[in-house]
Amino acid sequence: MQPTLKINQLSKVIGKKTIIDNISFDVFPGEVFGFLGPNGAGKTTTIRMIVGLIKPTKGTVSICGHNVEREFVQAMTQIGAIVENPELYKFLSGRENLEVFARMLPDVTEARIQEVIDLVDLTARIDDKVKTYSLGMRQRLGIAQALLNNPRVLILDEPTNGLDPMGIRDLRLFIRRLVEETGLSVLVSSHILAEIELLADRVAIMSRGKIVKVGTVQDLINELASTVDIHVPDSFEALPVVRGFESVTQADVVDERTIRVSMNLEDTARLNRYLLERDVAVSGLERRVQTLEELFITLTGGDHIV
Amino acid sequence: MSNPSLIGLIRNEVLKIHRKRRLLVVSTILVVLVSMFTYANYRQIEKQREEQGTIDWRVDLQQEIIDTQNRLASANVQDEFRQILEFRVQQNQYYLDNDINPSYPGAPTFMRIFFSQGTTLVLPLFIIVLMADIVSGEHNDGTIKTLLSRPVRRFKILLAKWMTTLLYTSLLIFITAFVSYAISGIVLGWDGWTAPILTGFQASPTGTFSTDFVHTLPMWQYLLMSVGLAWFVVAAVGTIALMVSVVVKNTATGIGIMMAVLISGPLLTSLGSNWDSSKYLVNVNFGLHTYLEGQAPPIDGMTLPFSLVIITAWALAALGFAFYHFTQKDVY
Ligand SMILES: Nc1ncnc2c1ncn2[C@@H]1O[C@H](COP(=O)(O)OP(=O)(O)OP(=O)(O)O)[C@@H](O)[C@H]1O
Ligand SMILES: [Mg+2]
Repeated sequence: MQPTLKINQLSKVIGKKTIIDNISFDVFPGEVFGFLGPNGAGKTTTIRMIVGLIKPTKGTVSICGHNVEREFVQAMTQIGAIVENPELYKFLSGRENLEVFARMLPDVTEARIQEVIDLVDLTARIDDKVKTYSLGMRQRLGIAQALLNNPRVLILDEPTNGLDPMGIRDLRLFIRRLVEETGLSVLVSSHILAEIELLADRVAIMSRGKIVKVGTVQDLINELASTVDIHVPDSFEALPVVRGFESVTQADVVDERTIRVSMNLEDTARLNRYLLERDVAVSGLERRVQTLEELFITLTGGDHIV
Repeated sequence: MSNPSLIGLIRNEVLKIHRKRRLLVVSTILVVLVSMFTYANYRQIEKQREEQGTIDWRVDLQQEIIDTQNRLASANVQDEFRQILEFRVQQNQYYLDNDINPSYPGAPTFMRIFFSQGTTLVLPLFIIVLMADIVSGEHNDGTIKTLLSRPVRRFKILLAKWMTTLLYTSLLIFITAFVSYAISGIVLGWDGWTAPILTGFQASPTGTFSTDFVHTLPMWQYLLMSVGLAWFVVAAVGTIALMVSVVVKNTATGIGIMMAVLISGPLLTSLGSNWDSSKYLVNVNFGLHTYLEGQAPPIDGMTLPFSLVIITAWALAALGFAFYHFTQKDVY
């Protein structure tokens, strides 16, 4: 399957600061891709390069095979985006905004405009000035604008900012339904892991301009669950024995009676036997239920976590 | 018609300006200004009628010549200013000798004076009010991000904005012509379109007054030329304002810069006769009507073609820089 969005060895240097450092990832049709990172990680900067607002220092962005720098118009025809905030003309009505942006697209009919209005459920207020809209309504109008051209890729930069829990849930259901009905790709950036966890199929975790992890949400959960706490009478005595077991990738002393082990979980029973055979009296084996939050903190070095 | 078309983009720009009610504000100011000037004009006529019983323009003109000669006779007149005054005396004498009234009473004469006076400051100010935020406003609102991530080349977006500037220049000139004619006509009368007016006075290469190329024109023809020159200056100021709007992201700062450019023009002309190369500055050249009226040029060596070339060169340079900046720079 061809990726709809392909980020290839992308870097951005502003002044002397490397803001984006050689990142690569692909997003595929019908996929919701979570783009996670703490404040200042470089999510918005990456998105600006995707939509051609800023030029990469190195690397390329392709949308449906069109290079954003060299085939800007073709690339933008396939994409809809909200960068940071839904930026619309506040002194125009919702419908006028949609008409303005429709004139910048090939062949958008009145019917299509009405269709997106209905889709985001703004029919009742669409002829009011945007300055009278609530943040949630602006968000929905922004999405309507982004969907006008039937894009293959939808980019939403922190779309849940300022939404209440109901609004967040509605947005999640909306995105899910949209992906199922149209098969487009959605890239959603966020600094709140819990939101992305429920929404995304795959995530990239970014920190200080680098991608530190790309994988399915399930992968991440498996990885998290793969730590086990072993309770023994004397941790320091038992540590070398534990490290001797083949599927243990890492083992550390937590306290005098506890060792934390990263390993393949399927091998825990064998580890238990292995230790007993070597006279380590295991008083308990405990699979640690870690949260994604904790992994996030570990991966991003703990900077500015919300 | 291809969609997205340039026409569609221009429509967008017009809609944005229209919704900000700018043209309405400008038109209102224009109506107020013209009404005030018309009233002042009316009062002046009344006063003359009281003092002289009748209005005879020959008497007026003779009086003006004498007044000017008196000023020339006093010692403390600067050399540069002296030349301008001498020009005026000779020109007025020429009008008298040929029995042509230089200010035939009526709305067309009012228009002629309004365009002549308004072109250096008022009309450029209006185009700045209309256009100063055409690009910087999109930055202030954040809408630039949406605008530039749509499948339209940046070049085309700025082209639409520039053509909108020219469109509003034309609208502004048209409204000014209409308002100044309609309002002043109520008091001064509507006719005078065919009154003869002299043009072509000029400084000879030696800098002295010359009537070699003087000819008469009917007022309407003269006005057409005058309005054309006003359009040219306003379009150039609009183009430079567009460039400033592209480069300076803050609208208030941009307006400040443009005001400084405008106001320093007359200042420089009054000071700059000794600074010869200031004639290459764009704002020193905005007084195109001095050529039409045959006044002495602010700086020796300035002629109508010279000023037109300088203004065109600056406007083109501004336009080129605006396009370079708009299409090449990162948008944050
Ligand atoms: N124009 C600029 N000049 C210099 N540095 C910049 C510029 N824009 C962004 N940066 C820096 O780049 C880094 C990444 O910023 P970016 O806005 O992409 O982060 P983000 O991941 O979107 O964060 P947030 O969650 O707060 O929105 C930050 O350290 C920021 O200070
Ligand atoms: Mg951001």
